[in-house]
Amino acid sequence: MNTATPTSAPRGFQSVWLVAEREVGSKLRSRAFVISTVITLLIALAAVIWGGFSAGNPSATQVAVTSATASAVEQVPGVEVTQVADREAAEALVRSGEVSAAVVEDTSTPVGMLIIAADSAPTMLVMGLSVSPPVELLEPATVDFALRYFVSIGFGIVFLLAASLFGGTIAQSVVEEKQTRVVELLLSAVPARALLAGKIIGNTILAMAQILLLAAIAVVGLIVTGQSAVLQGLGAPIAWFAIFFLFGFVLLAALFAAAGSLVSRMEDIGSTTAPLTMLIMAPYFLVIFFNDNPVVLTVMSYVPFSAPVGMPLRLYLGEAQWWEPILSLVILIATCVGAIMLAAKIYERSILRMGARVSWRDALKAA
Amino acid sequence: MLELSHVTKSYGAHRVLNDLSFTVSPGRLTGFVGGNGAGKTTTMRIILGVLAKDEGSVTIDGAELTPADRRRFGYMPEERGLYPKMKVGEHITYLARLHGFDKSDAQARATDLLEQLGLGERLNDTVEKLSLGNQQRAQIAAALVHEPDVLILDEPFSGLDPLAVDVVADVLHRRAASGVSVLFSSHQLDVVERLCDDIVIIAGGEIRAAGSSERLRHEHSGHRYELRSAGDLGWLRAEPGVTVVEFEGGNALFDAREDADAQRVLQRAVAEARVDRFAPVRPTLAQIFKEVIQ
Repeated sequence: MNTATPTSAPRGFQSVWLVAEREVGSKLRSRAFVISTVITLLIALAAVIWGGFSAGNPSATQVAVTSATASAVEQVPGVEVTQVADREAAEALVRSGEVSAAVVEDTSTPVGMLIIAADSAPTMLVMGLSVSPPVELLEPATVDFALRYFVSIGFGIVFLLAASLFGGTIAQSVVEEKQTRVVELLLSAVPARALLAGKIIGNTILAMAQILLLAAIAVVGLIVTGQSAVLQGLGAPIAWFAIFFLFGFVLLAALFAAAGSLVSRMEDIGSTTAPLTMLIMAPYFLVIFFNDNPVVLTVMSYVPFSAPVGMPLRLYLGEAQWWEPILSLVILIATCVGAIMLAAKIYERSILRMGARVSWRDALKAA
Repeated sequence: MLELSHVTKSYGAHRVLNDLSFTVSPGRLTGFVGGNGAGKTTTMRIILGVLAKDEGSVTIDGAELTPADRRRFGYMPEERGLYPKMKVGEHITYLARLHGFDKSDAQARATDLLEQLGLGERLNDTVEKLSLGNQQRAQIAAALVHEPDVLILDEPFSGLDPLAVDVVADVLHRRAASGVSVLFSSHQLDVVERLCDDIVIIAGGEIRAAGSSERLRHEHSGHRYELRSAGDLGWLRAEPGVTVVEFEGGNALFDAREDADAQRVLQRAVAEARVDRFAPVRPTLAQIFKEVIQ
């Protein structure tokens, strides 16, 4: 009939890839997206550096000593000593803020030494001078409270930010296609499932790229602030976080796409994505309030929606057995496959339904 | 040949298409005419496979349509839409690639087609920056860029100025001439009348009339004649078997009871004075439409 035939009929994956490519391209060219990404990265950088310094920079603790205590204090790692003549001189330095604390001779105490500080004694100094039986740690993981808190929040906030940013983006791009009606034209060329898969893959690529950038920033930040010891403990959890994030994100992305397909206008998008937003907020608040509660963390590390935060954190805290992340990952991947199948059904059925929004209940019933 | 037979579609208890059968032939422009809610868009969506039919079949050259066949279809949905923030040239290229063309080929075709449609200078503008008429042209490019074998266009002329109508009509004519089957719906009956080889009229989800434009007009023409003479036609009123519809000096419009009555009138007119014109009056599409949808 017509001599002009396409050079090659697109196979399923080619269509998916084309859709994904367009998705990535259009985001990278959107000024709003680029700016918000840069801001996110800057905030992360600032947080890591600030966290690193607040957690205590070993070389920064200045301590005044007298000749009698100098040898003892010098053994404490991360302390810089300033030798003074006597107790009065030491107290003067503490008052002036030149040193964080002073260690002077005092025969009335059991250890023969006294720590003088302005309002609180540096933890590391107290611990360093404590007379206790020597401890030999096989796996030294001395996580101090502040650092534990920052790492918890770090994983929590990164997951929250990336999931809500890209989850929302996917839902919006689905609605955009419905609202501008371009979807019908697309569906005449590619199957609904290919369109959905392309969207999820495209946004997952963007989200993963952002996560890898954040991970890189975390590493650089820790090195810059001299926390390379922390880095050693954090390296593996960050790698696990990336793996968990990948599947956790695909899971959420599929659900967000389904949520988007239920409405026809941008204004209605909040009503169907609200339950999902709760799902991604939950891990964040849970780690803030329960980062020292092993039971909650254990549960979190297996529930698919919070595993990307919970499991890396437990790994970092050294509370998880070697097989636990693997089991949790299997659960997550299984949930992910289920969610994709469900989302594909909802998407296929709702994508051409214009007008009033379809409720989750109706969509699930139909699926 | 694209053929629909006994297609039905219901939304719940509401039957929107009832036992629909018609054909769209290659090399011909087929006009799809019907009122609002008659079922045109639903029918087109079913042909494209974006909507599932309940019963019946849609075949091409006798075989049920497959997704691969449909990729060789060009579609212009009733609900217009392109990505507002995408550049026109890139957009049409993207669609060509979705239909299976490789990148450079898709690019060349998109550029070429947009130039034909008068958008050559707007390739790097985003869709949202185009006027509505130009967006419409881009939409037509979207339907044509992959050189489809079958074109399904839902209201391709709505929102176009008369010049743009001619541009688009010309493009469609050329496609049909190269062997493409073209089905398009329109409310503008005069445009359909002017362009179409075949006409399908739908009302209330049922086909009321279908066939070549000529045949439909012939079938629906009564025995109305137009007569123009140099003399006065006052005698016409007295002729047996003749009802005068309009009369003004040497011009008359009359209905004859039979062909023989009309022939007798012609003979007398020739005998009386010079006859400038004598012709059966063919009904317009608008008249046929009103007649069949009742």
